[in-house]
Amino acid sequence: MSTEVIRQDDVTIRFAGDSGDGMQLTGTQFTDTTAKVGNDLATFPDFPSEIRAPAGTRAGVSGYQVHFSSSDIYTPGDAPDVLVAMNPAALIINYKDIKPGGIILVNTGSFQANDLKKAQLDSNPLEDDTLSGYRVIEEDINQRTIEALEGTELSKKDVLRCKNFYTLGMMYWLFHRPIDPTLDWLEEKFKSKPQLIDANCRALKAGYNHGELLRLFQGRYEVPKVTDAPAGTYRNIMGNQSVAIGLVAGAHLAGLKPFLGSYPITPATDILQHMSVLKNYDVITCQMEDEIAGICTAIGASYAGHLGITTTSGPGLALKSEAVGLACITELPLVIVDVQRAGPSTGLPTKVEQADLLQAVFGRNSEAPVPVLACSCPADGFDCAVEACRIATEFMTPVILLSDNYIANGAEPWLLPKMEDLKEFKVEFTTDPEGYWPYRRKENLARDWAKPGTPGMQHRIGGLEKDAATGAVSHDPENHQFMVETRLQKVLNVADTIPTPEYFGPENPDLLVVGWGSPYGAIRAATEAMQADGASLGRIQLRHIYPLPHGLEEIFASAKRILIPEMNMGQLARLLTSEMPQFKFESFHKVKGKPFMAPELKTRFAEILEEMA
Amino acid sequence: MSDVQQLKPKDFKSNQEVRWCPGCGDYSIIAAVQKTLAQSGVAKENVVMVSGIGCSSRFPYYMDTYGFHGIHGRANAIATGIKTANPDLQVWVITGDGDGLSIGGNHMIHSLRRNVDLKVVLFNNEIYGLTKGQYSPTSPRGLKTKTTPYGSVDAPFNPVQLALGAGATFVARTLDVRPKHLQAVLKAASEHKGAAFVEVWQNCVIFNDGAFKGWTEKAVRDELTIDLEPGQPMIYGKDKDKGLKAVNWRLERTTADDAGIWDPDHECPAAAFAMAQLDNDPEMPRPMGIFRRVSNPTLDALVHEQIDSVTEKRGPGELKDLIYTPDCWEVG
Ligand code: SF4
Repeated sequence: MSTEVIRQDDVTIRFAGDSGDGMQLTGTQFTDTTAKVGNDLATFPDFPSEIRAPAGTRAGVSGYQVHFSSSDIYTPGDAPDVLVAMNPAALIINYKDIKPGGIILVNTGSFQANDLKKAQLDSNPLEDDTLSGYRVIEEDINQRTIEALEGTELSKKDVLRCKNFYTLGMMYWLFHRPIDPTLDWLEEKFKSKPQLIDANCRALKAGYNHGELLRLFQGRYEVPKVTDAPAGTYRNIMGNQSVAIGLVAGAHLAGLKPFLGSYPITPATDILQHMSVLKNYDVITCQMEDEIAGICTAIGASYAGHLGITTTSGPGLALKSEAVGLACITELPLVIVDVQRAGPSTGLPTKVEQADLLQAVFGRNSEAPVPVLACSCPADGFDCAVEACRIATEFMTPVILLSDNYIANGAEPWLLPKMEDLKEFKVEFTTDPEGYWPYRRKENLARDWAKPGTPGMQHRIGGLEKDAATGAVSHDPENHQFMVETRLQKVLNVADTIPTPEYFGPENPDLLVVGWGSPYGAIRAATEAMQADGASLGRIQLRHIYPLPHGLEEIFASAKRILIPEMNMGQLARLLTSEMPQFKFESFHKVKGKPFMAPELKTRFAEILEEMA
Repeated sequence: MSDVQQLKPKDFKSNQEVRWCPGCGDYSIIAAVQKTLAQSGVAKENVVMVSGIGCSSRFPYYMDTYGFHGIHGRANAIATGIKTANPDLQVWVITGDGDGLSIGGNHMIHSLRRNVDLKVVLFNNEIYGLTKGQYSPTSPRGLKTKTTPYGSVDAPFNPVQLALGAGATFVARTLDVRPKHLQAVLKAASEHKGAAFVEVWQNCVIFNDGAFKGWTEKAVRDELTIDLEPGQPMIYGKDKDKGLKAVNWRLERTTADDAGIWDPDHECPAAAFAMAQLDNDPEMPRPMGIFRRVSNPTLDALVHEQIDSVTEKRGPGELKDLIYTPDCWEVG
């Protein structure tokens, strides 16, 4: 009897297990293969901040959610269709999120009394009615893996470490995915350890074959590839990766060599790691002694004629803020990436929040205006990083690019830009000493950039206020006011070079939703669904937070009410209120360390529309 | 006649009026740096002076070279960025005991450990001058300042020991009141390839006048300091009759005839540490000159060597390859 094949257009799977179970790896492998199959996808890794929280405990549960589809999707999915639970803690933490009637695959090999105790369970949820309403599939994956690897020389511990590949094999079978990409990946990954290649490949294949043989599932699912996706070349990309590539590309488009001075901090470290590999792109990376040294080396490098870059998260941005002011007053190009995480101080370092917006815009002593932009999804990181490089070099200013944990670690297919669409914005260094002084400006108010090593152009810049006309240190009151106003005007001039955000929705909507950053996907999914049902609902997404683009007044004036969903206590709403007090900006905030879900947004939008009806 | 223009010290003076207090030791240091640069034949455009905050940190404004006046304590980090980005530049860090050893202590030790090719000149006046007289991390115990009205209870840093401990490849000490010595040491530092750390005893006439007088005044200088001459016997005294020699891992006093030979170029830093330790012994002369001078690869050179070798192996990166990787796929 052949297995029934069920066609489904949209599936969300959550892999959950102990942080030592390799769930992130399982999830990324599933994701990469799914990208190759041609589905649209979005992912959401969710892991504890401890590298190895006590094994088997609830605190140690690590999850990876992947949403894949035959059509365009914007979020990693709301309620998963499938939960893979490698132990009781993973089960108990996650099962409530699963769709009613959804599949829960449980590794019963990790459901001994001791495992239950570690998960603080008095009774076995597989034996009571906890999971009624779900299709529970029990399998002793530990035992199956041991059987599959019979005869291997690996220790039992190492054998059991292959169980995630066994599980991945089962999922590949269930969702009709090829196993070859993962087999190839294993070959490459363990090049020097043939034993591990063999063991993991065998576990993967066994899991795949057992899907067929054991008939655990009622059928197999097929999620056909996207057919109406825009034509072009795609690549699966994570946010930190796209930002890293964008920074290197941006520097090249500016005709400069990128110099990254940084210090490891969750969740920004990956950018430093990615860029460290790219040495043959003339990338210099320096892992410095602290956050301050990270930005200060980058400032030094910019002074020397490179494009200085520094990457960090909120706490690191706080440490760097004095140096951001230095880059402001010396008017050097500098790109600062803040991959935001949750909470003040250390907070929840592996969880998501967008609460650094006001820090980015205002968080410095005195008047130190800095352009701020924010990327909205993993693929958008590239464009935003290039844009940050453009603004930094065209306006001789530090620029802050905001990303967040959700974008940084999430993955999605990226429609690659055509090479001819990547427009250069080449920097021209000043080399003619005739009439040069350090604060001589272009029409857009950017100062001329002369780099050390250029004969006859010796000059001094620094943190002390300078005379506008000579570049010498100046304490003159009139000059200071002039310089403060000039630096501000220069940053405001950025607005003349950026487009008005595109509005999506009916004319004169009852409700306009304004998004920035990573809620983009959930906002888009929710509004599009409601628009399809005829709701008078529109949306825009802001990439440029400071200065704001021109043309927003008209868009805001066209709507009856304006709502801003953001993962903070209403920071964009506050900023917009102060910039455009003629409008009322309502805030819908969430600060749970978790991203917005489309359903909760729909509920809120519907409430507002109902109030208005 | 050579077509390379021989620069004079005054060619390194900027048009800015120097604003240190009359009598400040800084004047003699800047004169020595200008002389050193002129003699070395370096082109003005290839010199960058980097500073942090403090009296000494105004230095770059007074030099007709490239200059960057940074923020408090961060000069070493800024200079690391400049030098690593462009190793062809000769980069000097001008700092003080507060700037370089207190707020900037972390950057100081890490730039020395990395052996960035920087010339670090630390003006040590054992006081905070710019903020008008508070004790610094090199102020001796008991010093009365505005924030230690009853005397400081902090133990001070010994800058030379700190630099040695951080792995600096060149460590020296000199003083503002002996221009020749000062210039000789700065010349040696500028010729050194790697992180060169020079402590300069600098008199702050306003807030800590005479801090080093007990050792530097003509009357006592020869008896209470010893000039370290590489390859020469360790001798001192008005009549050059006293000497030092190593005994049981320590330096002890002896006669000039019996003095050991000073070798700052030895791989092992033990002798340099022993020499720096003399400061703690009131019976011993304080050493001036080069404590350590060894050769090691510099960070700036290594960074570029690595870029070159990866580029040779993988080929120069093309923007297209960065974006279009082998794992991409076509739609439509
Ligand atoms: S306060 Fe002291 S260190 Fe500062 S300039 Fe005056 S004398 Fe020199």
